[in-house]
Amino acid sequence: MDTHMETKRLIITAVGGQGNLLASKVLGEAALLAKIPVRMSEIHGMAQRGGVVESAIIFGDAHSTIISDGEADLLVGFEPAETLRALGKCNRKTIVITNLAPTPPFTVAIGKGTYPDIETIQELIRAKTARLIAFDAVACAKQAGNVMSVNIVLLGALIQTGVLPISAAQIQTTIRNKTKAAFVDVNLKAFELGMQAAAESAAVSEPPTA
Amino acid sequence: MHKLLNDAPGEEIFLLGNDAIARGAIEAGVAFASTYPGTPSSEISLALYQVSQESDLYFEYSTNEKVALEVASAAANCGLRTMCMMKHVGLNVAADPLMTLAYVGVTGGLVILTADDPAMFSSQNEQDNRYYAKLAGLPMLEPSSVAEAKEMTAHAFELSEKLKTPVLLRTTTRINHSSGVVTLGKLPRPKTKGAFKKDPFNLVTVPAVSRRLHVSLLEKLERALILSEESDYNRIEGNGPWGVVCNGVGYSYVADAIQDLNISDQTSVLRVGFSHPLPEKRIKAFLKGCEKVLVVEEGEPVLEEGIKALAQEAGLTLTIRGKAPDLFSRLYEYDPAEVRQHLGTYFGVAVPAPAKVDLSGVPEIPQRPPNLCAGCSHRATFYAVKQAAKAVETIYPTDIGCYTLGLLPPLSMADFLICMGSSVSSSCGFAQATDSKVISFIGDSTFFHSGITGLVNAVFNNHNLTLVILDNGTTAMTGHQPNPGVEMAAHGRGTAHRRVSIESVVRGVGVEHVTVIKPYKVKKSIAAIQAALDFEGVSVIISEETCTLYARGLKQLKKKAFRVSDRCVNHRDCINEIACPAFYLHGERPQINANACVGCALCAQICPENAILPLKSSA
Repeated sequence: MDTHMETKRLIITAVGGQGNLLASKVLGEAALLAKIPVRMSEIHGMAQRGGVVESAIIFGDAHSTIISDGEADLLVGFEPAETLRALGKCNRKTIVITNLAPTPPFTVAIGKGTYPDIETIQELIRAKTARLIAFDAVACAKQAGNVMSVNIVLLGALIQTGVLPISAAQIQTTIRNKTKAAFVDVNLKAFELGMQAAAESAAVSEPPTA
Repeated sequence: MHKLLNDAPGEEIFLLGNDAIARGAIEAGVAFASTYPGTPSSEISLALYQVSQESDLYFEYSTNEKVALEVASAAANCGLRTMCMMKHVGLNVAADPLMTLAYVGVTGGLVILTADDPAMFSSQNEQDNRYYAKLAGLPMLEPSSVAEAKEMTAHAFELSEKLKTPVLLRTTTRINHSSGVVTLGKLPRPKTKGAFKKDPFNLVTVPAVSRRLHVSLLEKLERALILSEESDYNRIEGNGPWGVVCNGVGYSYVADAIQDLNISDQTSVLRVGFSHPLPEKRIKAFLKGCEKVLVVEEGEPVLEEGIKALAQEAGLTLTIRGKAPDLFSRLYEYDPAEVRQHLGTYFGVAVPAPAKVDLSGVPEIPQRPPNLCAGCSHRATFYAVKQAAKAVETIYPTDIGCYTLGLLPPLSMADFLICMGSSVSSSCGFAQATDSKVISFIGDSTFFHSGITGLVNAVFNNHNLTLVILDNGTTAMTGHQPNPGVEMAAHGRGTAHRRVSIESVVRGVGVEHVTVIKPYKVKKSIAAIQAALDFEGVSVIISEETCTLYARGLKQLKKKAFRVSDRCVNHRDCINEIACPAFYLHGERPQINANACVGCALCAQICPENAILPLKSSA
């Protein structure tokens, strides 16, 4: 695998149970299929106890498996407050994709903390990075037939940006071959809905041409 | 077929580092494996356990790391290729057999994997286990990538057999929990039946024997040194005057930094992968070609000190630096930007200014700490103990497992913890040194790991303490591995095991006051705990309830969710006392997320208004 390409660094951040690790695995497998060098690191352990789960995936010729602050080309957040928490990984050129449906931390749920305003989250990210694609991925997942497919919806949005040298077809092949057979149809639908949502978001956020 | 048994040499697959290590062992023909699970090593064990179900590999979860290594030492002395996996602090537990097994050696290859955890993602310390190689006099290998981890694991078996000594394979979390593409090698037919050749005057370590064995250990190290000098794992890249010496994942950050700074013509990099014994001649030759040297190694200055000593022997006076206030830290893990910055500063190269976003204006984001699961039986036990001990001054030594999360408010049920098993032993000291009521917590797996000896100590020395054994029928924290208290057949894990009853053990060592409670029965539990606290001497409460997460996985969870009815007048004990994550506020009123609730009914029993009712009730 000596395909030379510009290195692309992707951070995925999520709450335990949202399927971050599966999404990362699908990307890794699809990169292998696409003959793109790929490395990934993840922090699990307390994932099932409601903590934050973060993966770093690096495509291209780099050796590192982690991403320093300010060096992500792409940030995908499965939960809006977590997307904002990971903003330190971004720079002015980073493209950010976020689900807009919140999963409030327990402290917030019981009235002992304040969840940041969703509009503020979007304004901040939009102002500080190159582009924000934000939509309700939970709604798309439900539409696809399973609320648990949020991870694949967001994968669809990610691929739609065209930043990664991985095609939709390669992801679809990976979904067919590497995800549980019972969920393949839902996942394919979720992927398609995610791509659509990102395309619509792009159409809305493009500045009007004079 | 398990993916790690895929007999397709040359095929490239995407693997987790820990799976790559397991595959490396399989490609080397591993026949025997023992372990005690511990993050970040646990998935190696899981993979080998699964593979053992489909092959001739023998695998066992041993009661602790010392036992695992002793079990492994015998298999390896019967000529079997053997692997023994543990986390870094596990090697402390296994240090006793390790030190003398180094004298005795092995006939079959023995690879001892130590998974270090810089930055302590899930550990109580970040000790650097490279010192164990020096301390025990054993060869050590350290991979820098997932692909290399597989190769090195296989090579470690050969090295072990060549030198007739165990080999330490040291990883860090960023190897274990990174994924990358590996190329599959051939699958051999392993030798699975061992033979023990009696040789007591070399295998029974009485002083007269050990005096000789120490001599042969030093001879083995001499031979290991020659292999280290020749090893491709100690390799030099580039021939510039700026020297960088590095190991492990630090190498990947160095490689990226050199590319980013465009200084490959000026640098030469010595990547040390066979790190004990250090390749002395190769290092001296490397130093002679350098103007100055930077050592990049996470953790302690092991390479740095070794290299400085070698420079002194060679009469070299070039500057060699690594750990320093203005350079690298001994704390935590490194990252690519940090390594790039220090390389640039040290060698006087401009480092492009980072283009980090300006984080001004970002509001405070509420933290998301891990929490005991909704319906976790530990929460119910903690609540009952707290109620029972309301009137007394208490100290709560705790132990290592999910229940360590009892540290967090509002439960706040953890006062002291140093290592596995310390709950009960430290309780002995607290009980003697203070007048407080000492109540300690230990899980079932941890009790078998290292709680029993402490309990025997408590009985023998007649300390006044209460030990609460949180028996949730699994090793929950590391991913639901079995332990000796588990009825394996009932969990679909075959009939090859026999259960050890915790209650029988506790009674058997002479504890006079033993009560088994069901923690979801709150009143009965509180009364039983009160009786235990009133008992002078050692009392034990065994709190039995299957881990909810595990029960869900086994499809044994009969969910009967609860709801908050109109009787609620907002005492909020459900939120303020037990903080079950199934609760949320709707407006000002507590509500239960029926999808999260597992129906433990703890909240229903403590609600002063009896306002919490089964979801399917009319009131």
